Order: sequence, then structure tokens, then C-alpha cells
Amino acid sequence: MTNALNLYLPQATTEPRWVRYLLISFTLIFLTLFLLLPLIAIFVQALQEGLTAYWTALVEPDALAAIKLTLLTAIIAVPLNLVFGIAAAWAIAKFDFTGKSILITLIDLPFAVSPVIAGFIFVLLFGLHGVIGPWLNAQDIKIIFAVPGIILATIFVTFPFVARELIPLLQAQGNEEEEAALVLGANGWQTFWYITLPNMKWGLLYGVILCNARAMGEFGAVSVVSGHIRGLTNTMPLHVEILYNEYNFVAAFAVASLLAVLALVTLVLKTLVEWRVHQQMQDQT
Amino acid sequence: MLLKTHSVIPGFHLALGFTLLYLCLIVLIPLSTVFLKTTTLTWEQFWLAVSAPRVLASYRLTFGTALLAALINAFFGLLVAWVLVRYSFLGKRFIDAMIDLPFALPTAVAGIALTAIYANNGWIGRYLEPWGIKVAFTPLGIIVALTFIGLPFVVRTVQPVLQDLEVEVEEAAVSLGATRWQTFYLIILPNLWPALLTGFALAFARGLGEYGSIVFIAGNMPMVSEIVPLIIITKLEQYDYEGAAAIAVVMLIASFILLLIINLLQWWSSRRYH
Repeated sequence: MTNALNLYLPQATTEPRWVRYLLISFTLIFLTLFLLLPLIAIFVQALQEGLTAYWTALVEPDALAAIKLTLLTAIIAVPLNLVFGIAAAWAIAKFDFTGKSILITLIDLPFAVSPVIAGFIFVLLFGLHGVIGPWLNAQDIKIIFAVPGIILATIFVTFPFVARELIPLLQAQGNEEEEAALVLGANGWQTFWYITLPNMKWGLLYGVILCNARAMGEFGAVSVVSGHIRGLTNTMPLHVEILYNEYNFVAAFAVASLLAVLALVTLVLKTLVEWRVHQQMQDQT
Repeated sequence: MLLKTHSVIPGFHLALGFTLLYLCLIVLIPLSTVFLKTTTLTWEQFWLAVSAPRVLASYRLTFGTALLAALINAFFGLLVAWVLVRYSFLGKRFIDAMIDLPFALPTAVAGIALTAIYANNGWIGRYLEPWGIKVAFTPLGIIVALTFIGLPFVVRTVQPVLQDLEVEVEEAAVSLGATRWQTFYLIILPNLWPALLTGFALAFARGLGEYGSIVFIAGNMPMVSEIVPLIIITKLEQYDYEGAAAIAVVMLIASFILLLIINLLQWWSSRRYH
């Protein structure tokens, strides 16, 4: 009787073997066609004229300038959104106030805005025909078609990343540990530094990784505000576009392959952090 | 904003003050400029700008392709999530990590890679060409790009819900005489609906605004394969800021309505499970 039941039960909550194999193969074919093939194509196209051509495309001055600008943009945009994310998570998760759910929705707003519109709003604000554009022009300050515009547009599109990772994390952790620290005589900064920060470090890292990937890869918003001046206001994605439109495919895919490597590194780090968070949660329970 | 309950934890005014200031400076004030700009137009001018035949064609294209791609993603996303949660096979963890590639890969890079694959001489395009199917430089290419971009949304919203489903319910269904298909259709699927709809809406919303991956593969022919974000850029390059702002307002309102729907869906699904 028990034997018969054991034979029967596993099948009851899963599918016949042929259905399982069919679904798995169908999934693998779909993912190969849609995810793996594009990724492989980037590297094959980049290396089709050999390593020398690949290397030449990467060390040419305009490409180096694009790499530098991309790094500069990320170095400024990510820490600013990190500080914002921590402040927003602290206010939202640790306190109960009116209008909280509206604030959470507003923080997510940049995700709902098309990247093109994200760039456009900064043109409307700082462009020559914009709200404060004429005044800026009189002071000889250039924001649009210059580096500050690129950084601002990038900050806008990467705005929610850190905050939306930290808010649910801090909410789940509750206030008990902080309250205990405060009762024992720690001041606010000590509580944050020794209690909250260690508790949220993996979530923080997770948000920073995603934020950085988007900051370095943003195309639409940056394209609107950049003005595409070679060697000056081209980030890596914009440099890829220019090379591609000039039919310089090997060079375009060479620079693109750097961004693809960045994406792969992002995925590896993300998987490691997820695994670490999972471990931490198992330790706690 | 008013504190509802007293708290011993310090820093409320500093944290909230900074949050609101940063939110206003980076998001709210810049976004309001689009709406301000359209106030310089009369109603007739606004209507003329947002209902020109070329603009109407781009709405149809953008909404249509985003909808189709989101439907494709809902189907395959559910399949991928199911296979990843329920079955074990070689390379499963690798596949699971790769699902987020469209989030991590810059859109422009995805765009040129997909174009290379689906062009007439590309790896897939050359096999479709004899059948008379053209993907690159047609609306079909836009659907392919949006399917790539939107894939993680459905998988990542359905996967955790599927993981938390209790097997006992399925066992109960089987012991009461349900076939496996009936169990899936009547027991499992109804539980997945909120997550599936949320993922669908997220993929659709992302598709409406997508630009980077599409411009390379679409061909960008007016009336045929020109998406709304591209029209906004074209107007900007012609210094028609008012026209660009009018179309941007239409798209923003559509996005905000979707955001509202997504929030309601998430509220619905969290109420269902907790």
C-alpha cells in the first residue's frame, strides 16, 4: 500500500516525463535564440577581423575618451543615488508618516518615463530655449550638449535603483535592533554605522551593481542631451552608435563587447550577492 | 508630511528632507517642464501636434508592438519561470542568471546585436529570407527587440510566486480526482494571475518607452516603422520643442496610468498572499 502510494504521489504533482522534456527543450531553444545568440553575436562580430583590428578600435583616442566619460558619469551618478537611496530608505522604512505610499510611487516614477523623455526634460530646463537656459548662457555655463547634461540625465534614469532595493529590506528588518542600540546609549550616527549599515550592506551592494550597469549603459536619455561631439560628449553607447552608423561594424562591436563584458560581470556579481543574501536569511531563521 | 507615531529613532527630518529635496530637483521639477511647455500651446495647436497622421501611425506602432511583445513575454515568461522552478536540469543555475541579461546589457548593444542576427545575411535572418519573412528594418524587428527587452519582467514576477505555492493544494486536487491539466488550469494558474498580469504590464510599460534597442533594428520609416520616442527626437532636432512636448505629455500620461495599474496589481497580489 505505502509502496503504491510512493510511486503514485511524485507523479501527481509533476508532469509526465515527455511533457517535462518538451517544456525544458522549448525553454532552452527560446532562450538560446533570444538571449544567448545576441550575446555571442557581439563577440563574433567584434573579432571577425582579428585581434589587432579589435584592439585598434579600443585604443583609438575617441574610444578612450568615450570610456573615460562613461566611467566619470558612473562615478558621479552612482554615489549620489546611493546617498539618496539610503536617506529615502531610512525615512520610509523607519518611520510612519502620512503620504508614504505616494512618496514610494514618486520614487519609482523615472522607471515609467521613456529615456528619450528623460533627456528631453533636461533640454527643456537647461537648453538654449529652455527655462533657465538663457541665464546659464549669459553666465557661460553649458549643461546641454556637454558633460553636466549627460550626468544629470544619467542620474535621472538610475534614480530609483538603490532606493527600491533598500526600502523593502529595511522594512523587513524592523526597528528593534536600532532601538536597542539607542537605549544602550548609542547616538544616531553610531546606530546607523554599526547596526543599520551592516544589516543592509548586501542589499546596498545589489542596488549599486544594478545602478552602475544602467548608468554605464544608458543610451536614449544621454543621446538626447549629448550633442554627439566626438571625443568630448560621447559615452560608450553613443560611440557604438556613431561607429555603427558609419558602417564601421568591427569597431562598433568591439566597443559594444566591452559593454557586454560589463553586463556579464554585473550578472556574476548579482548572482553572488543574491546567493549571499539567501545565506544570510537562512542563518537568521 | 506628518509623523504618525512617535519614534525614538533619530534623523526623520534630515532623511525625509533630503529625500524630498533630491526628488524635487532631479525628478519632479524637470518633469514638470514638459507640462509647462505645452501650456504655451492653444488646445487646437496641441491637438494638431498630437494627432498628425504620422504621429497617429507611431502611436499605433508603439502600442501595438509593445502589446504583442508583452503577450509573447507573458507566455514564454510563464514557461521559463515554470521550468526554472519545477524542473531540474543541467545548466539551470546558468540559465537562471542569464535571464537578467536584458536588464544588464545596454539597449544600444542589444539593438545592434539583434540587427546583426536578423539582417538578411544574419544567423537567423538568412533562414527566414527564403520564406519571405523580413525581421530587421520592419515592425517585426521592433517586436523581436521588445521581446528581448521585456523577458525578465514576467519571469522575475512569476518565479517567486510559483516558488511559494504550496504543493499540498495540488496534492489535494489530485486526490479529489483532478487531472494534471485540470490542476494547472484550475488551481495553479488562478494563483499566478496577479503576478502574470503585473509582469505583463511591466513589460508593456517598458516597451512603450523603449528607444535604444529599437532604432537600430526598426529601419525608422515614417508611417511604417517609426516609434513615438523617435518622433520626439526628430521634433527636437527640428527645434519644434512645443510639438515634442505635446507628444511627450501624451506618452507620460499613458505611462502614469500604467504605473497606477501596476501599483494596483501589486497591491492586489500582496493582499492575496499575505
